[in-house]
Amino acid sequence: MTASTLEATVRVQPVALRRGYRFELVKLVSQWRLRLVFLACLLGPAVYTAVISRQTSLPADALYGRWMNQSGWAGSLAVLVFMGTLVLPLLTCVVSGDVFAVEDRLGTWRHLLVAVRSPRRIFLSKALAALTVTVALLAALAVSSIAGGLISIGSHPLPGLDGHIMGTGELTRTVLLAWLTIVPPTLAFSAVGLLGSVALGRSPLGLLMPVVLALVLAGVQLMPVPVALRVALPMNAFISYRGLLTTPGQLGSLWIGLLVSLAWAALATFLAYRLFMRRDFTDVAYDGSGRRFVVAGLVPLVGLIAVTTVAVAAATGATGSGIERPKLEAALATSFSHLYVLQTEGLHRPAVTEDQLQAAAKCDKAGDRVQDTGPGADWRCVVTWTLPGATATGTAIYQLDVAADGRYVADGDGPKEVNGFFQIHTPTGDAPNPLWQFDGFVDLLNTTMKGTQ
Amino acid sequence: MPSTAVRARGLAKTFDDVIALDGVDLDVAAGQIHGLVGPNGAGKTTLLGLLLGLAVTDAGTLEIFGTPVGRAFSLSGSVAGFVDGPGLYPMLTARQNLAALASLRGEADGRSADLDELLDRVGLREVAGDPVRGFSLGMRQRLGLAAALLGEPRLLVLDEPANGLDPAGKRQVHRVLTDLADAGATVVLSSHRMDDLAALCDEVTLLSAGRVVFSGPVRKLATESGELDYRLVTSDPEGARRVAEGTPALSQGAGRTSPSRTDDHALVVRGPEASLDDLVVRLVAAGIAIRELGPVVPPLEAAFLALTGADLDASTVDEEPAR
Repeated sequence: MTASTLEATVRVQPVALRRGYRFELVKLVSQWRLRLVFLACLLGPAVYTAVISRQTSLPADALYGRWMNQSGWAGSLAVLVFMGTLVLPLLTCVVSGDVFAVEDRLGTWRHLLVAVRSPRRIFLSKALAALTVTVALLAALAVSSIAGGLISIGSHPLPGLDGHIMGTGELTRTVLLAWLTIVPPTLAFSAVGLLGSVALGRSPLGLLMPVVLALVLAGVQLMPVPVALRVALPMNAFISYRGLLTTPGQLGSLWIGLLVSLAWAALATFLAYRLFMRRDFTDVAYDGSGRRFVVAGLVPLVGLIAVTTVAVAAATGATGSGIERPKLEAALATSFSHLYVLQTEGLHRPAVTEDQLQAAAKCDKAGDRVQDTGPGADWRCVVTWTLPGATATGTAIYQLDVAADGRYVADGDGPKEVNGFFQIHTPTGDAPNPLWQFDGFVDLLNTTMKGTQ
Repeated sequence: MPSTAVRARGLAKTFDDVIALDGVDLDVAAGQIHGLVGPNGAGKTTLLGLLLGLAVTDAGTLEIFGTPVGRAFSLSGSVAGFVDGPGLYPMLTARQNLAALASLRGEADGRSADLDELLDRVGLREVAGDPVRGFSLGMRQRLGLAAALLGEPRLLVLDEPANGLDPAGKRQVHRVLTDLADAGATVVLSSHRMDDLAALCDEVTLLSAGRVVFSGPVRKLATESGELDYRLVTSDPEGARRVAEGTPALSQGAGRTSPSRTDDHALVVRGPEASLDDLVVRLVAAGIAIRELGPVVPPLEAAFLALTGADLDASTVDEEPAR
């Protein structure tokens, strides 16, 4: 053998990334646990929507839950509500949270390193494989929830969060887009899973990191935190698809959520990569280091929250809770107009348009002694409108339960013939009264209406 | 092709305050089966890890097939093996483990016939479709060997390859390794079984506290043991004792019988081989039947204990811990 051929023989040739990726995929999909999870994702939402939509008692607490027996699309939107709170963080635990730790558990790091000869490519292969499986699980959830609803109820129109009626085409677009918008926050939690898996090894805390983070952030969101902080948390991106359900879309929070999520995904992945490359693989007893995780993992992520919060505050000028009386009144009046038109059509009364109604709302939070701002179940609103040709002004009362994330539930308080009863008597029989109870949405970041009357 | 597969000079490696290797020299000729042996913490696994490219030395030079190893993970696919267990995925079958690894390395994309032949070589063809989670330690060891053989490496580095093997499995592994060496490949293996090393290795390197205390042919190691204690069982113990007392240069009772043989009829004698020959002649002449005559501690083990200064009560050398 000549010197040159010998040199060629011993030259390092790390395994190609696509081979490493395929190897990691084979290992992931061979796990019975993951196969069962995939099956659950494929069947669970379909069964849930099919069963619940036929019940008389519907999950009205979930956005669009009350519409599950009216339109097949509502089931998918209701399932979407649960995704960010627990399901997707849990899925990222199972996939990304374990993708590095499994090698520690099986004692296969040295074997893998000898075979691949590049820690960098091992990291990339594992991260890409985990990402692929996570997205596949998310796709299964989306397909299942849509299919379950459409098969059991069918494709029927649904009111948006501003009350406008969405037909099949708009619903298809919107629901698919809504599912797409939760991909970036899922990636963010997946990256946090990678970080936990790299930093904490076999420790259960490493595996559970995405769920722990989700619970902590959900706790923060329950508190009356400033809107800039609320929007700058990656959890916000799980619910910011709500902006797609209005016309025009309220997309400020959505774009910020997507950017924040991608920043989290990038930073957490980088931190995981840096920790991984610095690891001493000769130490088979390695079980991660809590201190290292805090210093090299947690502190930079907390820093990211601070930076994004300041950036959001500076860019939007949003302060306080983001829930103010003018915004709430405008949102309620708009929703009422759309839904009144829908009720009019249902009752076969003379046609009327939203513009003709000139609906307006006056809201008050818990009487005169309390400032009319912030979330709470103590909002009381009076909606007024005028029918074409009529001299009298119609009046309807609503009790509003406004959540800190901007969603509100309007509960009709009379008069009975307008919004006080859950059904309306149409020529073809009884039908749900669209004005009785409905969901709405206040854009927390909209500062143009601040202080206006 | 270089005649030296491995050439190490002054290798040093420390982990925090622990000195794992301290100026280790090693020469392994191509086509040789070379054994590494030593007590716990001697540095065997660290040295094997260096040979596999899992780490780099703090000082010294290491050349594999004439090429210096400069940084971690810089070795070619011509070096394969395992340390700290065979590194298998329990959720995959034996064949899937090999196929995935072959595919990872781009080696013929794990053709089924090649894999079956490999499984056949290590005696696992019958269980090729079974998940590895149900395998015994010995079966895992053999599958790990098969995985290491993918791509026909020129240097095979194995950490305790015979660990957990039954006699038949051990014979099979020995046959695979000797066939490899016959075909020109080099094998460096560690073992705490001196009989394994004696049966397999051309040369051994004995490590103690990170230093080489012996390196050379196995038969030479045996001579390092000095005078051994021999256990003598005869038809007439008292008569044999008298004969032994009369045999020049032979002492008795200096050593101890092995813990498992504490019968009163055994006599322990020590002396040069010539004196032992003399003793046998005298016993035969005295009409005393010799039922057993053998070293209390096998020569290689005795050499190990003598060279490493290990506790003589510890008649076996335990497995080395993680590093």
